[in-house]
Amino acid sequence: MPDRTDRRIGRRGWLRGAAALAAGAPFASAPFATLRAEEPPIRVGFPVPVTGPYATEAADQVRAAQLAIAEFNESGGMGGRRAELLVRDDKLDPGEAATRAIELIEKDRVDFIVGSLSASVQLAVNTVTKQRGILYNSISQSDQIVSSPDWGPTSFHEAMTPHMTATAVGRYAFGKFGKRIAYVAADYAYGHEMVAGFRAVGAGIGAEELAEIKMPIGTRDFSPLMPRLEALRPDILFLCNFGRDQQVFVKQAQESGLKRMTHIVAPILLQTARIAGGAQAFEGVLGGTSYYWGIERDVASAKAFNDRFRKAYDGRLPSDYGALGYSGVRSVLSAAVKAGSTATEKVASALAGMKYDFYKGPQYYRACDHQSVQSVFIIESKANGRVPEDVFNVLETVPGQEDLLKTCAQEGLG
Amino acid sequence: MIAALFRRAERDRALLAALFLLVLPFALPFRATAVNVLIDGLFAVGFNLVYGYLGLLSFGHAALFGVGAYATGLALLRAGIPWYGGLLLGLLAGAVIAAIIGLLATRTRGIYFAMVTLALAECVYYVAYQASGITGGENGLRGIVVAKIDLFGITLDFVDPLTRYFLIAAIVALALAALSRILASPFGAVMEMVRENEARARAAGVDVRAVRVLAFVLSGAFSGLAGGLQALHLAIVPIETLDYGTSGMVVMMCLLGGAGTFFGPFVGALVYLVLQNLVALISSHWQLPVGVVFMACVLFFPRGLWGQIARWRPA
Amino acid sequence: MAGLSLDLLALQIFTGLALGAVYVLLATGMSLIFGMLTVVNFAHGAFFALGAYVGALVLAMGGNFWLALFCVPVATGIAGMAVEWGLVRHLYGRGIDDPLLLTFGLSYVLVEMIRIVAGTQGLPFDTPDALAKAVDIGIGYFPLYRLFVIAVTAAILLALWLFLERTRIGLIIRAGARDPEIMRVLGVDTGRIWRLVFGLGTAIAGLAGLLAAPLQGVSPEMGNAILADAFVVTVVGGMGSLAGAIVAGLVVGVIVSLTALFAPEAGDVAIFALMAVVLLIRPQGFFGRAGLMS
Repeated sequence: MPDRTDRRIGRRGWLRGAAALAAGAPFASAPFATLRAEEPPIRVGFPVPVTGPYATEAADQVRAAQLAIAEFNESGGMGGRRAELLVRDDKLDPGEAATRAIELIEKDRVDFIVGSLSASVQLAVNTVTKQRGILYNSISQSDQIVSSPDWGPTSFHEAMTPHMTATAVGRYAFGKFGKRIAYVAADYAYGHEMVAGFRAVGAGIGAEELAEIKMPIGTRDFSPLMPRLEALRPDILFLCNFGRDQQVFVKQAQESGLKRMTHIVAPILLQTARIAGGAQAFEGVLGGTSYYWGIERDVASAKAFNDRFRKAYDGRLPSDYGALGYSGVRSVLSAAVKAGSTATEKVASALAGMKYDFYKGPQYYRACDHQSVQSVFIIESKANGRVPEDVFNVLETVPGQEDLLKTCAQEGLG
Repeated sequence: MIAALFRRAERDRALLAALFLLVLPFALPFRATAVNVLIDGLFAVGFNLVYGYLGLLSFGHAALFGVGAYATGLALLRAGIPWYGGLLLGLLAGAVIAAIIGLLATRTRGIYFAMVTLALAECVYYVAYQASGITGGENGLRGIVVAKIDLFGITLDFVDPLTRYFLIAAIVALALAALSRILASPFGAVMEMVRENEARARAAGVDVRAVRVLAFVLSGAFSGLAGGLQALHLAIVPIETLDYGTSGMVVMMCLLGGAGTFFGPFVGALVYLVLQNLVALISSHWQLPVGVVFMACVLFFPRGLWGQIARWRPA
Repeated sequence: MAGLSLDLLALQIFTGLALGAVYVLLATGMSLIFGMLTVVNFAHGAFFALGAYVGALVLAMGGNFWLALFCVPVATGIAGMAVEWGLVRHLYGRGIDDPLLLTFGLSYVLVEMIRIVAGTQGLPFDTPDALAKAVDIGIGYFPLYRLFVIAVTAAILLALWLFLERTRIGLIIRAGARDPEIMRVLGVDTGRIWRLVFGLGTAIAGLAGLLAAPLQGVSPEMGNAILADAFVVTVVGGMGSLAGAIVAGLVVGVIVSLTALFAPEAGDVAIFALMAVVLLIRPQGFFGRAGLMS
């Protein structure tokens, strides 16, 4: 039987659905509502997977990005010049995303593109923007976008890289739980990069690797892995997959009893996946994140961001990937103000090396690869709290330092 | 009257096609979508060659399209071959993979043919996915940048939307003309005979399986060319081009427009893409109206949109 | 592989059989609909998801899992009969292409309606308390809930067999599948029979969705992923053969499980490779009639 809190969330889910129905199209007016000021507005293209399995995360990215635009306009814009957001559905498909990016550049004449949720999609958008000299700020994880040959002078990366995430989480976990480790990874770049990141940390301290199991993306039943993992009994099981796959794995690890035998550590623990998966399934799971609203007790900018978000969206709290939409858009607009121009080259040079604290404490774009150096938070799942988003405890803040990142020489950008 | 016009259109294909291709980029809000219509339209017309004209339902055409796209992409990216050479390689690669799949799959019939083609295409997907050192794996192949195209001494700017559109349109038009010739040839007549009455074709001494394989190979050439054009257009080859979603998409385009008609699949591609992309601009719930339109088409236009109009006669 | 014991292998195979149970249910429904109506139901995955969501709704309204076990097949069965009456029946006699396109469109509509009503995020779905533990089955510990899924599947199959073999309606259905023309001449309302069969198929699909919900949670897309697997099972078993659906479902389950042990990254392609091999050697599948749909 589900406990009461879960049932309450369940009912809330249905209500929210009904509200979505009433609202119809959340961004219906966005593409058409051109604000006619004297000067044409600064246009920010925003391709995210509005439909499909990550629609929830994308909807939050849109909310946060709209907030950044609204703030920019309220504070007077760029010398009175306003900004607008053009949301497009990339359908989580690189071909669709490339087409949307071309359309945004050719037809809508956007000044910048910010967005994406999956690695392959961001690399597709990056190819298009690089070719056409448009600045692109990616808000999803990838090591490649800050490495040769994908990186270009117009490529920026506001999200964390898998390497830095795994380094921060690995340092924490190895120190706490032991050295006998197993990996379950989604079989694509994201999963492989995370594993490589943990391995680099483990190599330094003599970790013993028991198994690396690569599973296809979209696996919905991991029960065939359980007998072997239970036989291996690793100290730590690094779960290098994402979203629904992760949610399903922890649920089935609970069911089989694997969770009692090992510590499950996910490099990225999504707030949305935790909410959809429930407290029972995620009990005892810990991992990393780029943002959790609960840091507001210690971080002033997080408090300010959360409060604005709550006010704009009916008491809701921003998610990790959602918040990236805010900082991704805001940093580009801030750089434009700093440069006093929307010309790609000027904004790019203002953005490279820019220091900022918009929502999670101090960050800066490293000049040589345009990677945002930022803190990583170690979190663990807890019982459902007062609000639906109250699902994690923050265990530690790993400050944003360059020793978490690959060097630019390692990335081929020496 | 109108129907007569459409029937005439089916006969005077060249004129109609030229007119359509000239108007398309200005009729659609986005040039990039217009190019996608050209590419998917050519793909659907190629698919129609086996489905519409031979009655073989393939669920594995993603392999023919995707292998063509990868061949073109790799030729440009890794071997530095010029764009026309890349396209030719895409066309050939599509034909070769079609020959392999066709030889195996034509051992089966009906729904089982569909499933064998699906299964083999999934195997191709898997190989491309795992060979990430060559293909880029799940991240796809990226950076197939063609900025300038030299044509008979003239340098064209391939990044310019209209130039890109008309260049690709010209290639698609050539391909359609070639297809039209094939359908009018003795081989076209044999295909029709096999579809209408297999036993009679056999009795007349036709090697039915050879006809099927050959048609599949030709279909592969058109699909591979379409894939190659997509690689040039988007500068990437996503792994999704090999996914069964792509196979499903081309079946739906063909059925929507009208299988077995010359322009039907092209019209299907147009309707499919415009519907998806324009509704998606207005609502995040685009799948609902798109699904309803699909169902309405089946219920009220069983021969497909184009097929229905072309057959309509006043009472 | 290091540490590969006989017990582990046995447990792995047993896990595969449990995995196969859900495949068997989905393929049974699909095969039933195809065998009788020659409709390839592309919306089968949508009914699977619908079943899980109806279950979540029953729980959200204060009901329990056992009540959901009754409500879900009734609801998805009625929904299926409504779909047959409103849409599918108009296409009988038009070949397999039109129902395929129709049910493809229908799956878009159903999944999107789920998203609109219940949100895009998915819902948590806990294992019923009484079944949320692992039990010793001699070769190792195994989740009790998965044993329960096997038991329910067996019960459904037994009930279905009794219904088709031992009841008057069952007799009519079997006769109708063989020769609908004769049935009509004999004065049987075949339209009602087809509706019942379609509803039965979707009811079983919905039930499979509910059974899967405690295993993987509930999400609008949960049916899309499993649809391809269900197709493979149906085809490998032989389209329209219930015995084939059972055998192929279990075989596919075991293959998926063993692949996860020996070559995990090949999990997706393994079942397609199996399908290619089976169909190239035996084009009608394990138990299918030769020449069907050619």
